[in-house]
Amino acid sequence: MNAPATAPAGPGSPAGPDGPDGRDVVLRARDVRVEYDGERPTRAVRGVSFELRRGEVLGIAGESGCGKSTLAYAVTRMLKAPARMTGGSLSFRTREGEELDLLALDEEGLRTFRWSRLSLVFQSAMNALNPVTTVGRQFADVFRAHRPDMGPEERDRRARELLEMVGIDADRVRSHPHELSGGMRQRVVIAMALALEPDVVIMDEPTTALDVVVQREILDEVERLRAELGFSVVFITHDLGLLLEISDRLAVMYAGEVVEYAPAEQLAGGAAHPYTQGLLRSFPDLAGERRELRGIPGSPPDLRGDLAGCAFADRCEHAFEPCRTTAPRLLDLGRAAGPWSAACHLHDPAHRPPAGAPARPGAPAPSDVPAPSDVPAPSGTPVPAGTPEPAPAAPGGGPTTEGRQP
Amino acid sequence: MTALDVRDLTVAYPQAHGRPFRAVERLSFSLRAGRTLALVGESGSGKSSVLKALSRLVRPAEGSILLDGREGVRGREYRRAVQMVFQDPFASLNPSHTVDHHLRRPLLATGRARRGAEADEAVAALLRQVNLTPAADVARKRPHELSGGQRQRVAIARALAPEPAVLLADEPVSMLDVSIRLEILNLLDRLKRERDLALLYVTHDLATARHFSSEIMVMYRGEVVERGPSDEVILDPRHPYTRLLAAAAPRTGASREEVREARRVRLESRARRDAERREVVVGEGCRFRPRCPFAMDSCARRPPEVQVAPPPDGDGGTGHRALCWLYADPAAAAGALPAAGPAAAVPPHRAAP
Amino acid sequence: MTTADITSADATHAPVPAAALPAGPSGGGPGARLAAAWRTVRRSRRLSAGLALIALFLLTAAVGPLLATDPQGFGTDLSQPPSGAHWLGTTQTGQDVFDQLMVSTRTSLLIGFAAALAATAISVVIGIGGGFLGGWSDEALSLLSNVFLVIPGLPLVIVISSYTKGGSLLATIGVIAFTSWAASARVLRAQTLSLRTRDYVLAARLYGERRWRIVLVEILPNEAAIIVSQFIFAVIFAILTQAGLAFLGLQNPSDLTWGNMLYFAQNADALSGGAWWWFVPPGLCIAVFGAAMSLVSFGLDEVLDPRLRVYRPARRGRAGRQRTAPRRTAPQQQAARRQEADR
Repeated sequence: MNAPATAPAGPGSPAGPDGPDGRDVVLRARDVRVEYDGERPTRAVRGVSFELRRGEVLGIAGESGCGKSTLAYAVTRMLKAPARMTGGSLSFRTREGEELDLLALDEEGLRTFRWSRLSLVFQSAMNALNPVTTVGRQFADVFRAHRPDMGPEERDRRARELLEMVGIDADRVRSHPHELSGGMRQRVVIAMALALEPDVVIMDEPTTALDVVVQREILDEVERLRAELGFSVVFITHDLGLLLEISDRLAVMYAGEVVEYAPAEQLAGGAAHPYTQGLLRSFPDLAGERRELRGIPGSPPDLRGDLAGCAFADRCEHAFEPCRTTAPRLLDLGRAAGPWSAACHLHDPAHRPPAGAPARPGAPAPSDVPAPSDVPAPSGTPVPAGTPEPAPAAPGGGPTTEGRQP
Repeated sequence: MTALDVRDLTVAYPQAHGRPFRAVERLSFSLRAGRTLALVGESGSGKSSVLKALSRLVRPAEGSILLDGREGVRGREYRRAVQMVFQDPFASLNPSHTVDHHLRRPLLATGRARRGAEADEAVAALLRQVNLTPAADVARKRPHELSGGQRQRVAIARALAPEPAVLLADEPVSMLDVSIRLEILNLLDRLKRERDLALLYVTHDLATARHFSSEIMVMYRGEVVERGPSDEVILDPRHPYTRLLAAAAPRTGASREEVREARRVRLESRARRDAERREVVVGEGCRFRPRCPFAMDSCARRPPEVQVAPPPDGDGGTGHRALCWLYADPAAAAGALPAAGPAAAVPPHRAAP
Repeated sequence: MTTADITSADATHAPVPAAALPAGPSGGGPGARLAAAWRTVRRSRRLSAGLALIALFLLTAAVGPLLATDPQGFGTDLSQPPSGAHWLGTTQTGQDVFDQLMVSTRTSLLIGFAAALAATAISVVIGIGGGFLGGWSDEALSLLSNVFLVIPGLPLVIVISSYTKGGSLLATIGVIAFTSWAASARVLRAQTLSLRTRDYVLAARLYGERRWRIVLVEILPNEAAIIVSQFIFAVIFAILTQAGLAFLGLQNPSDLTWGNMLYFAQNADALSGGAWWWFVPPGLCIAVFGAAMSLVSFGLDEVLDPRLRVYRPARRGRAGRQRTAPRRTAPQQQAARRQEADR
């Protein structure tokens, strides 16, 4: 239903940054770097590039501390001290074809840019509605600030229209935020984000604080609105399972870098980076077969200072010599499914991975998540056959950290 | 063997005006040694109140909790037998104290170890059990020096220190990073088998509930609306609420077409202003009635808990029950109940491959 | 972002470089702890300055009286301005002001610290006790604190002091402590109410920890920062109260304190007579000591709460621009603020 995914154009990507329909790119970030000042500065975002095409959903997946939210703030130029952008460029192409350099915008320019061209929805945004005035007034404030020529009746009409659009009774314009449930407040925030028909909406964990059912309703709503209105979405969450469903292309972040770009639809079947594979493993499918469930051992590296080699090497079961010394580049894998790149030495022809490692570039993508049999089993006991109860899908003696039992 | 029997548990909180708010209503279940029971529910379902009652942090309004078949077990003995792992590992460890303190105190307070070398050894053994090694180094650390996963391991070790028979796990991984959740759940699973623990796994995540437990109870607004063997409840949900939950969970295994189709069905069946109706308070009847696509006249009365039809392969009597009028009266149900399948308004999960 | 990982049951784990671990109290012996504490102090200019000043006062209180030859002795030099013989001049009756100041410093600090210690002890017992026990005991103890809060403090002190006729030092300390504990008891009660429902306290209740242990071992250490700051302000309050009482003539005139010096200076019309060397030194001592204690308190806040720490390089670059940030509508602004707070 969307334009086909295009080249991610990472710094190391051999694919052309402006594909055949390169003019469709609405937001382009190149080599964005963000640091948090401190005694030992934290390099939270370490050279991230991405392209967002008109009408598509770009998913950014990653765990806490991987820099995904910081990236969102950098892209919208909302970073506040001690965070600051130390490098990179950001450009935005409006619907009218005008090219904007976001870093060159002054405060006035930013003010008109945000909300009318690009808007944001945060996880906590539903708590950010002003508690002392009605929902309708808050819509009116937005219109007054950005559409000064709008009359009061028109403002009211538009607010009601927007509420209806996100599935809320239009008479709720008279309600105060505390009269609405969390899910309804988040819907109101989404309606406000769409009020000025922006080109891009950045959503940072917009539904994480909500219950599953409400979360699903809101996501369905966003998906429907996007099909109708044609805005692009950058959707940021730790929930990779969710992203696989709703996004067109996916960027997986780890330790401030993008480690894999892939078409969302094919990612589950052929993740190239061991971290992506691990994340995928971490989400058991509700109706899937019972299998051994493993996460990723260890925890992310300290981002203060430089990282030697691959940031994931310490937690990676496939790590070999170059991983400790050389930082991997984001390389195109040349897969048929679409532009697909990964920053992993296993896929770099310049290095020879050890026997037993998963797919090399060019090799057919594995049809499923790499089976545990691919992995040289470290210590740990085999799966006990015929356990008395149906429950223990996960053998305690799994080959991860649980394995070494005194 | 039944480790903990809960009979007609009701938890009520006094309200400023009006009747007390009944957070848990006549709940009965039992925990068996070496088994995991999952209690699934969203916020406001009453699952936290169940835990508070079981851990004796609140006094139940009605009902009884039997430990090893005995009622009214005294504090000290109960505390040794029932322990809990809290949801937030950043709040459940005291920032002022070392890991060693967190494990030594429960050992000494419950008399599982004597002061000195015996306690030292017991602390080290606990840390090794939860894979925090080298134990001596970890023991000296304070919570702020540990990652979320490590803190939760310490919290689990603390709960194990009194050598309990029953372990209550309150959303033990929901505050943790995705990549380490399964490690912690696997650890709990292993400890359960090694120590023959009766484990109550409270969660809102259907997928891990299915994979890590033998039985599931689904709670909605203080009542268990469906219970049964975990595969049956998840793969063949019967209560409309369970179906709604199952339909809302992301499906990593589904293809793009399946996802689109499911979304289309959901959007079409989207009850108008469902969000509004969710807030409606109902009197006596089924509490899910305002949101239920199959609501009938009989739903105004309290629904009975009934054995739902055995699964297709004819294996009956599994204890799969639902609190729903749809299954109480087959004649009424025939009219309202949709055939299982993708055409259903709320699509039940297609069975596993 | 987590620190290094130590669940290294897994073979693929690289050893953790020691430098990656934060310098915490867990590492090293007492020497390392002292070094860590020293680094902490150095991090805040306010804290270092305040501590230095207080050290100076304590040194004076300890050593000063030994240098003072005869503070109460009447000399023949009456109302002399500062000179080589009398560094701070003399009083109307020929007493050496410097000698008096040395002795007064000791007594004033003694009263200040002792009264603050007693007041803090009372507030800890009543505030934490009530907060933790809850129910009737809490109601009763709250009522007691509230009663003491609404009683006008100074008049009560005056009434009691005039009844005890100045009395001994101990009586002064008692009177001040008795009337100044209530406010911090309320603060501690509120904090305890919040702490007692923390998960780690619930966990301790779950494994059957005794009540007094929960209070002393699980709760009290987490209120240490508040108690210290309450204590610091109690010291300032006690010294000011004593000075006030003395100035009003409600203290035993034979005890030399900063307040008594001011009292005698006032009685001798030092102000109108231009004998500034008599009343400025004690007045300055009170002011500087109060400022030093406040500096320590603010400095501790700064060191203990990382959000108050100042990263100077960051301020220069961005702060100016942020101040002129465009007017954004409420939700967006609040969202941004919230996000910042979350971090």
